[in-house]
Amino acid sequence: MLTEQNLKKIEEIKKRYPTAKAALLPTLWIAQEQYGWISQETMKEVASLLILPYGHVLGVVSFYSMFYDKPIGKYHLQVCTNVSCQLLGSEKIVDYLSKKCGTKIGETSVDAKYTLSEVECLGSCGTAPMMQINDEYYENLTKEKIDHILLRSK
Amino acid sequence: MDESPKYLLPDIPNLHHLDVYERHGGYAAFRKALAMRPEEIIDEVKRSGLRGRGGACFPTGLKWSFMPKETPKTKYLCINGDEGEPGTFKDRQILQYNPHALIEGTLIAAYAMGVAVCYTYIRGEYTRWIKLFQKALDDAYAKGYVGRNILGTSFSTEIYLHKGAGAYICGEESALMNSIEGDRGYPRVKPPFPAQLGLWGCPTTINNVETIANVPIILLNGGDSYSKVGAPKLPGNILYGLSGHVNRPGVYELPTGILLTDLIHRYAGGVPGNKKIKAVIPGGSSTPVIRGDQVEGLRMEPESLKSVGSAVGTAGVIVMDEDTDLVKVLLRLTKFYYHESCGQCTPCREGTGWMWRILKRINDGDGKPSDIDMLVEVANNIEGNTICALGDAAAWPVQSFMKCFRDEFDNRVKPSASVSVPVAAEAFAEH
Repeated sequence: MLTEQNLKKIEEIKKRYPTAKAALLPTLWIAQEQYGWISQETMKEVASLLILPYGHVLGVVSFYSMFYDKPIGKYHLQVCTNVSCQLLGSEKIVDYLSKKCGTKIGETSVDAKYTLSEVECLGSCGTAPMMQINDEYYENLTKEKIDHILLRSK
Repeated sequence: MDESPKYLLPDIPNLHHLDVYERHGGYAAFRKALAMRPEEIIDEVKRSGLRGRGGACFPTGLKWSFMPKETPKTKYLCINGDEGEPGTFKDRQILQYNPHALIEGTLIAAYAMGVAVCYTYIRGEYTRWIKLFQKALDDAYAKGYVGRNILGTSFSTEIYLHKGAGAYICGEESALMNSIEGDRGYPRVKPPFPAQLGLWGCPTTINNVETIANVPIILLNGGDSYSKVGAPKLPGNILYGLSGHVNRPGVYELPTGILLTDLIHRYAGGVPGNKKIKAVIPGGSSTPVIRGDQVEGLRMEPESLKSVGSAVGTAGVIVMDEDTDLVKVLLRLTKFYYHESCGQCTPCREGTGWMWRILKRINDGDGKPSDIDMLVEVANNIEGNTICALGDAAAWPVQSFMKCFRDEFDNRVKPSASVSVPVAAEAFAEH
């Protein structure tokens, strides 16, 4: 269940829009922050909260790449491999991370510590290659830098 | 290096703090605007010649004038900060270093169009910049610049931050509106245009972050003065994003119409190892590629780039040196559009996948000579046949890479299997 505090937050957000449906994305963000991902139960909970069909919520969750419909690792390594990063070696970054974290692209390591994803342009083209770990950007990546970052990810 | 005056990203430390922004003349343009009639502001913006910085270069004043003056409906303004075009990383600089210019521009635009509610849509990945912008917005609210009866006038407008959730297509203005309404980011058929039927069926205008950040300076110095900066067809300063094979990548605020060679060599420090330039994408991944030998003399303005079949787009310049494998580059670009196609229109949904698969087999060494023509044919059948411009944006890279670098792709496909198989037999196999 969404916490009392989060329910209050959602009520406040609803006031910003003329329809409850418009609060769907913000509500899903709050739900994902609380649960770590968005399960079918969560989608049903959100649907009844905003008086929306469950199918609509499912449709929206599945459309947006940042809503997770399955659990992810503690650290979500999202490597940009689009052109500007590609030109500066993002492929090698992916290979190196894959080896270091013991996981393939799109998969989560056995200990559920790392999920490795290849993502589209994150707007860091001038500081390529880069990756995002959870909410943080890590730019101008090198193998040494990655070693350092992973050492700190306990 | 001679520097032209900067107003989008001036070298002022802590400009993102409201008091620093105010000390440097911040919100003076908004105060000036509040003493003007709304039509006068729209005329001033029209006179400035300001064009949208989101990639389409649409005249901003004209766009604002489409909003109905008399309407019983609520009017809305959306600020598009769903920056996601590969090679583009400029709006985040404004959110980080000069968020109050964006808020001030939003307020002026809202006043000029009689807008009651503004939504600033920022891509979900920009967590850091969302926090920075929200802080600036909270400060502006606390100081009475936003909200009810602003600065003691009868003008009221709200600004809300709306966080995206990972979809390039939401940068398309009608998809952005659907996303705000709580739907999948599907672009809408136009007409009706947003100024008639936008958010919740009400008049709506959508402007890019950088476009709106230009508005305060236009009000302060006047449209005429603004129109004299840079290229006449696209006046003002613009945030150039330099990425790829350059020594000093980054965002540079300079007048429009600058020489592409100056941007690459003088500002971005040239190509590492003094290598030759093989290709340049001048305005974000959706603008057609140009060959290195075409760069000399080109200016970053619409007419000059049109002469080589390209466009200014978002001014995100991607430089590729002589060692770049262009098959790989195009494969990656095509994968992007395949991934980001919303799936509404068949030519784009299917075509982007076909183009990706054809390029994949060419890259893997399994391509046939006929694949290249097929690739172009698929691109030609997407272009112009979709609801929104993503289809065109997916087709243009393929078409332009084939126009400029066909040899490189031809060299990668196997000599035809017909060398060992009789022509008739191959034709039969094709069916």
